[in-house]
Amino acid sequence: MRRRIFLISAGALAFGAMSRARADAMHDAMQAVLDGAKPQEGRVSIDLPPLVENGNTVPFTVKVECPMTAQEYVRAIHVFNEKNPQPNIASFELGARAGRAVVATRIRLADSQTVVALAQMSDGSWWSGTAHVIVTIAACTETV
Amino acid sequence: MARALIRVPPRARRGEVIEIKALVSHIMETGFRHDQYGKAIPRDIIQVFTCSYNGAEIFRARFYPAIAANPFISFTTIATESGTLRFDWSGDNGFTASESAAITVE
Repeated sequence: MRRRIFLISAGALAFGAMSRARADAMHDAMQAVLDGAKPQEGRVSIDLPPLVENGNTVPFTVKVECPMTAQEYVRAIHVFNEKNPQPNIASFELGARAGRAVVATRIRLADSQTVVALAQMSDGSWWSGTAHVIVTIAACTETV
Repeated sequence: MARALIRVPPRARRGEVIEIKALVSHIMETGFRHDQYGKAIPRDIIQVFTCSYNGAEIFRARFYPAIAANPFISFTTIATESGTLRFDWSGDNGFTASESAAITVE
């Protein structure tokens, strides 16, 4: 009996550590991309449904406010999540020829969480945007 | 060969911003799932997608397991000249797929 209680509390501790580890993992993944740069909040907007029924395929759009001229354009957009088993979602490389800084795809979300996008501009500055989603059926967790 | 679906406007005015959509059939196995015996299912995903306009790369995406099965991607480019848009996907276990579309720019 005592052993069972020990196992449960050890499990609870491990779970707590794990969710913290995931938030740290997102932070680390973002730092790896930023390489010392400090992102400013704004200019980047994420379009996600606020309430997701099925986390296996969630429509996702990211937009960056930018004139997209030969001198001023978006170089890259990196997307991260807080609670999936891996912090990265995708990275997009654009350029002056993109015309508009809008990219759409479909993503997986394992839990209700925050999604962050970082955009790097042609002048080297970084901007960030976030969105929060509530997921009722999670992706990745089920067995086959 | 994986099935790929592409949507590129067949005609565009010079300088117009065109929207491109691409979808390829792929399981995008995350590597985080287990079968009924508790054995981990190995990762099998597409890692890189590129689009080239007459040989020059205009868009590149790097995918992670958080991209849904049958990856769909939509992006834009400026119609500069008539020619070919080429789409390439590559990933785990030597997966490759490619598709191309013609565009006429007036």
